[in-house]
Amino acid sequence: EVTETSKKSIVTFSEIHHFLLSDTIITETQKRISNAFDVFDHESNKTVDVREIGTIIRSLGCFPSEADLHDIIAELEEEEPTGFVRYEKFLPTMTKILLERKFRPITEDLLLQAFEVLDQQKKGHLEPEELTKYLTQEGEPFTQEEMDEMLSAAVDPDKNVILYKDFVSMMTFDDTR
Amino acid sequence: SKKCYKLLHHFFFHRVLLKAMKAAVLIQRWYRQYAARMEVRRRYTWNIFQSMEYADLQDQIKLYNFLGYLMDNFTPSSTERNLISHIFRENEVCRDAEWERYFSYNNITVPDIYSGPRLTFPLDMDQAAHLVEAFKNKQQLHSRYVLQLLLETWKLLRVLPNINRVSTCHSKEITICGDLHGQLEDLLLIFYKNGMPSLEKPYVFNGDYVDRGKDSIEILLILFAFLLVFPGDVYLNRGNHEDHIINLRYGFTKEVLNKYKLHGKRILKLLQKIFSWLPLVTVIDQRVLIVHGGISDTTDLALIARVDRHRYVSALRPPKKKTPSRTNVYADSERYDEMIICKNRRGSLTFPKPFGARESFQRRSLQDFSSTVARTLGEEFEVRRRQAEFSLSSFSKSHRILSSALSSDSEPESSEFTDTGNDEWKQILDLLWSDPMSHDGCIPNEVRGGGCYWGPDVTEGFLNRHNLQLIIRSHECKQDGYEFCHNRKVLTLFSASNYYEVGSNRGAFVRLGPDLVPYFVQYQATSMTRGLSFPQNVKRTEHTALKVLREQLFVHKSDLLSAFQEIDKENTGLICLNDWASAIERVLHLDLPWRVLHPQLVSSTTDGKLDYHGWFRDLALKKPSSEHIEQTMLETLYRHRSTLETIFRIVDTDNSGLITFEDFRQTLKLLSAYLKMEISDEVINELVISTDTNNDGSIDIDEFMEAFRLVDKSRLERGKSLLKPATDTFLSIHTLIELAFGFFFFFFFLKKHSFKFSLFLELKQQ
Repeated sequence: EVTETSKKSIVTFSEIHHFLLSDTIITETQKRISNAFDVFDHESNKTVDVREIGTIIRSLGCFPSEADLHDIIAELEEEEPTGFVRYEKFLPTMTKILLERKFRPITEDLLLQAFEVLDQQKKGHLEPEELTKYLTQEGEPFTQEEMDEMLSAAVDPDKNVILYKDFVSMMTFDDTR
Repeated sequence: SKKCYKLLHHFFFHRVLLKAMKAAVLIQRWYRQYAARMEVRRRYTWNIFQSMEYADLQDQIKLYNFLGYLMDNFTPSSTERNLISHIFRENEVCRDAEWERYFSYNNITVPDIYSGPRLTFPLDMDQAAHLVEAFKNKQQLHSRYVLQLLLETWKLLRVLPNINRVSTCHSKEITICGDLHGQLEDLLLIFYKNGMPSLEKPYVFNGDYVDRGKDSIEILLILFAFLLVFPGDVYLNRGNHEDHIINLRYGFTKEVLNKYKLHGKRILKLLQKIFSWLPLVTVIDQRVLIVHGGISDTTDLALIARVDRHRYVSALRPPKKKTPSRTNVYADSERYDEMIICKNRRGSLTFPKPFGARESFQRRSLQDFSSTVARTLGEEFEVRRRQAEFSLSSFSKSHRILSSALSSDSEPESSEFTDTGNDEWKQILDLLWSDPMSHDGCIPNEVRGGGCYWGPDVTEGFLNRHNLQLIIRSHECKQDGYEFCHNRKVLTLFSASNYYEVGSNRGAFVRLGPDLVPYFVQYQATSMTRGLSFPQNVKRTEHTALKVLREQLFVHKSDLLSAFQEIDKENTGLICLNDWASAIERVLHLDLPWRVLHPQLVSSTTDGKLDYHGWFRDLALKKPSSEHIEQTMLETLYRHRSTLETIFRIVDTDNSGLITFEDFRQTLKLLSAYLKMEISDEVINELVISTDTNNDGSIDIDEFMEAFRLVDKSRLERGKSLLKPATDTFLSIHTLIELAFGFFFFFFFLKKHSFKFSLFLELKQQ
């Protein structure tokens, strides 16, 4: 966006800085946050269930880990946790996250590499049991529900394996739609 | 060196493990992000459906307003008189013997080739099960048996009380189901999971058996059959859709007339009576109340127990009264069909206080029609009164009361009967139409036009007064099939899965044992969703929701255009995203996250600005071929299409699906006067010609309404580029979609996926 306005191919730091802090970008950002928040504000009283915070943050394009979310939620909760997060608290925290571009997206290449690491025998595909074992036991484990959902999209119905290359390109394609 | 080797091995092993863990975290992190975005889409898709339903319900209010307008402002000329009386008149006056003859099935012969169930009465369990099996196999019950079954049902319902009382003694678990809305698959799924009704398996069905779905009559027949076989173990509550005027609008009437071309009208008439005789509520163990809609702050079960429920045939018709008068009609329960009677117009009892901005609603509630109607049709009533039999003695008291109530502007004496009538009607409306809300209080339900919104304090008060512990109600679709509110004192139960669209929601039923702790079973009729992954499911549902939303946007084009032009003062034709979003919300009042939705609604922006004229073109309505029909008029007619359609169906008294050209013309003219729009005769003629009429002076209602269907323009474009339509005339939408879908799928999808032809066919069929 910045290069478009200045029509150069090189961007200086000051330009980025200036851009990031300009009023428009802040208002735009805040509008995005407000809209995402509203989708989950069922009672229309500017509060959301704390369990939806992760979904809201992710819907705004961030890729936090569960540990990251844990920290954020701790920051957002009231002194006496009510189970709800108020917009007034959420907005500044989220604005900061977005402006600082925290929790950057995971690129297609990186994702592919991750699958390749799991595919120790270099078969070019993964068995559902293999993937299930990794994702439900390692890292920040999936719940059974999450695992089932992912498998329903990932497993090739004929061969009953996960062709992760195709899977990754299909999912990233979907994102852009 | 062994140690060294071990260390190195350890090191690499750990590194590998570490790498694997990191990879797992990465994949998890990525997938959760993806899932979150799917969830948002699912969520706003749901919001769209709910707000569309809200907008749809407003149509009902439009209907009331239109009818009210006619009553307020119309002294029909001789030509119009027929139409108005069609709209408000009920069928012929009948007496018991005449009804019996009318509903007689004895002279209906069943041909030998009929392979469906042949019922013998009294019914038994095997026959009921056989009936379920037959419907599962898509058979249709012969009209003779339909009428017979309905007659038996009518006889039984008439001896049932207003309040069903059930007990869980003998360790019986009671199963409770919510709205089914003609979705036979869901009922079959419930029976499959839970077993069919029997002595050991009592059921309560909480209303809304019909409308919207395509197998409403089959559901009714099954439920009535089980009711007849196990009258002590099957309990039916009335829902707001058990109402013949609602059925005109939402599809049940159409379904019956299509399936039973010869005897449909009689079947519908009998059902009208049956609906009015359905019990209003069910109470379990004197602890749990089951009612279709809900309650209000004035709900009183003692009063409910006493009402003559069958007098309240339709939400849109006031109750019959047992009183004669000079210009009024006598109505005795079984002798005469419901008549419109005169009540004093003192503003609705239901909504005593003005309700602010929503003026039209405030002006007119479901109860206000009676008096004005009577005035207009005074002559007609006179005739009927003369035909009536009545005994003056028993009614002289009420005669006095009522005659004073006739002068519409006078203050009422405490006409106790009129009060009771109004009061009772409100009680029933509240039971069948209300919705819970999160804040305290009790306010009129302006979205539905009847009943109220009631808060947690009202629940508390009601449960205490009646010594109850839980209210189970239906009436509202819930994503998971059920939902608690009011501190778990109110349970909403909805049994029609995939209600808005395939994949939109689950259905649920609940079991209650003697401990009265609810046990839930959720399900989703999955014949269509089987094989679709979660993301595919979300996308399908989203697609439908957006299509419906685009319709709404197009229909409000003129208002939106003015709003945009107000902002775009220099007339650049461009508008920025924020302004676009706020303008839309100002016009549509749907309370949707427009900014979140915009990528789905707007195909492209330049420099963050939208070319709104181009955008409207993308949303275009498929017009009838004539260009002379003005855009705004088409839009307006489209917006009021359901009112139009309902009026047409009311006017179509012989239920043939055809109305005369004259009635059609009259209706449009009345509507145009109401909407303060000019619809000239030429325009009306254009409208008629552009839909395929039989040229015999009659118009096919379905064909006419078909002209108001919007075409999915993007699909149309793709289909068009590959195959030019042969003529310029109004192509059937199904053909277009077939074509477009075929090519779209073939070229676009194939590129991305290793492709299975059978999967393609399956999806194409869906």
